[in-house]
Amino acid sequence: MTLPAIQVCDLRKQFHRRRKRRGANASEEAWALAGVSFEVARGDTYGLLGPNGSGKSTLIRILSTLLVADGGDVRLMGHRLPEEQARVRWLIGRVSVDAAFYKKLSTRENLLYTALLYGLDPERAERRAMDVLERLGMEQRTFSAPLEEMSRGMQQKISIARALMINPPLLLLDEPTTGLDPKSRRDVQAFLEDLRQREGTTILLTTHDMAEAERLCGRIGFLARGRLVAEGTAEGLRRQASAATLDDAFIGLTGAGTVSGDAAAASPTSR
Amino acid sequence: MGRGLRQTWAFMFRGYHLTRRYLSWVVVFNFYALTGSAAVALIGVAANDHELTLTLIVGALLWNFLSVLYNEIAMSIAYERWEGTLEYTFMAPVSRLVHLTGVSLFALCNSIVNTTVVLGGLMLFTPLHLSGANVAGILVVILASTLAFVGLGVIAAALPVLSPERGAEGTHIFQGSLLLVSGVYYPVDVLPAWIQPLSALSPATYTLSACRKLVGIGNPATTEDRLAAAPLSAVSGEILVLVAMGFVLIPLGLFVFGRVERWAKRTGRLKRTG
Repeated sequence: MTLPAIQVCDLRKQFHRRRKRRGANASEEAWALAGVSFEVARGDTYGLLGPNGSGKSTLIRILSTLLVADGGDVRLMGHRLPEEQARVRWLIGRVSVDAAFYKKLSTRENLLYTALLYGLDPERAERRAMDVLERLGMEQRTFSAPLEEMSRGMQQKISIARALMINPPLLLLDEPTTGLDPKSRRDVQAFLEDLRQREGTTILLTTHDMAEAERLCGRIGFLARGRLVAEGTAEGLRRQASAATLDDAFIGLTGAGTVSGDAAAASPTSR
Repeated sequence: MGRGLRQTWAFMFRGYHLTRRYLSWVVVFNFYALTGSAAVALIGVAANDHELTLTLIVGALLWNFLSVLYNEIAMSIAYERWEGTLEYTFMAPVSRLVHLTGVSLFALCNSIVNTTVVLGGLMLFTPLHLSGANVAGILVVILASTLAFVGLGVIAAALPVLSPERGAEGTHIFQGSLLLVSGVYYPVDVLPAWIQPLSALSPATYTLSACRKLVGIGNPATTEDRLAAAPLSAVSGEILVLVAMGFVLIPLGLFVFGRVERWAKRTGRLKRTG
């Protein structure tokens, strides 16, 4: 039996934040993740949708080995976190909402640095990255320009190329198309569809874009106030909420836009 | 090339290209180091005191070398915080030992370039000549002290993991304290008695003490034309202490860094904004 690519069981994470109250320090605690469970089969694309502060990025950070959970069980490709984080790091590529690069360095220098960091043969890794960039519609002449001279859309495409350069079986995408123009967003979405079909890459995608989730994801989970409040196909979620659109289903099932739903965005879980 | 070597090279590759892109700032920092060192050394020239001039020159050169080495390692995490790349480095399948070795090797190259520039400048501004100095011995002492300063740098590098802004401030406070207690430009016995015990804890104290002997400072046979350097055996005590400090401080630095990294992963401090 093939193990799922992602197994998350009763995952919990709490943050503490010090606040000054009437001159005295007080510690405030809040659950960023309060018992989240889900599985993603190998080769699937799973969408994680939730209002700001619902815990999406916290979850991605735990899966990326950058955060240690307070409780629960996480296995990626059968490897348990955080105990087997060294193995897991070879298996994951991550794209975050902010394309984090050495902005003074060129595309080529940034990608070569990553290739070396992963101990890859620089020439082969570069060829793969350049191939990804060309498929994403970028021209070769931009590869030697410093990243700081590039648009956000271009930087985000390079971020995707960086994540794929290591040929990971599991891709963690944290709002990869936020802030992109419609053309760039479409390029990225088409590329991800193609990637899943051609290479069978498992993708975990967080997004605020319902149309994107509907287009790319076989299954979708709604996260609100640190809990997975609904899960299923786009059609199933619409049916569950008796809603005409996924937007309406999302608002209906997560309470986003209501006072309690919005309060999550202002809480210490807003990470 | 083996995987570990490639990963070590990654940090040198990154450092080299960042230096290339920030070249004008590198020139500015080297120029400032040169003028600062020359200004200090000229105090000795103005006093027409050869031994004082030599003491100041040795202090300026060694402090440039050690402080650039320490600073480059200690600030490596802070730089990554500012660039926003820290999470990507920490989620890469690279051991912290390899990571910090790469950072330290680049820092060492940087220190050598900086010190060479300062040495060249001092030769222009002061009647510095090295004939008679035990240059090979000095290199041995510097190599031994490099180990200890790498260890200190790694410990200090953990501070920006704890707190992005306060951590970077802390590394500079620590560096300033080392400058004060190590007797870079003066013998440590001129320090107030209550602070003198701290000088025994600084590797720079032993480095300076050994290098002064290997240049011939304090030796009545030293003249303005010819330095009367001590043999390497005369500084074996200092070398032993420096090597021992290196053997303690490097593993201690890796241990401290590892503990701080684990704490940061529990509290969410690796995040870009901290």
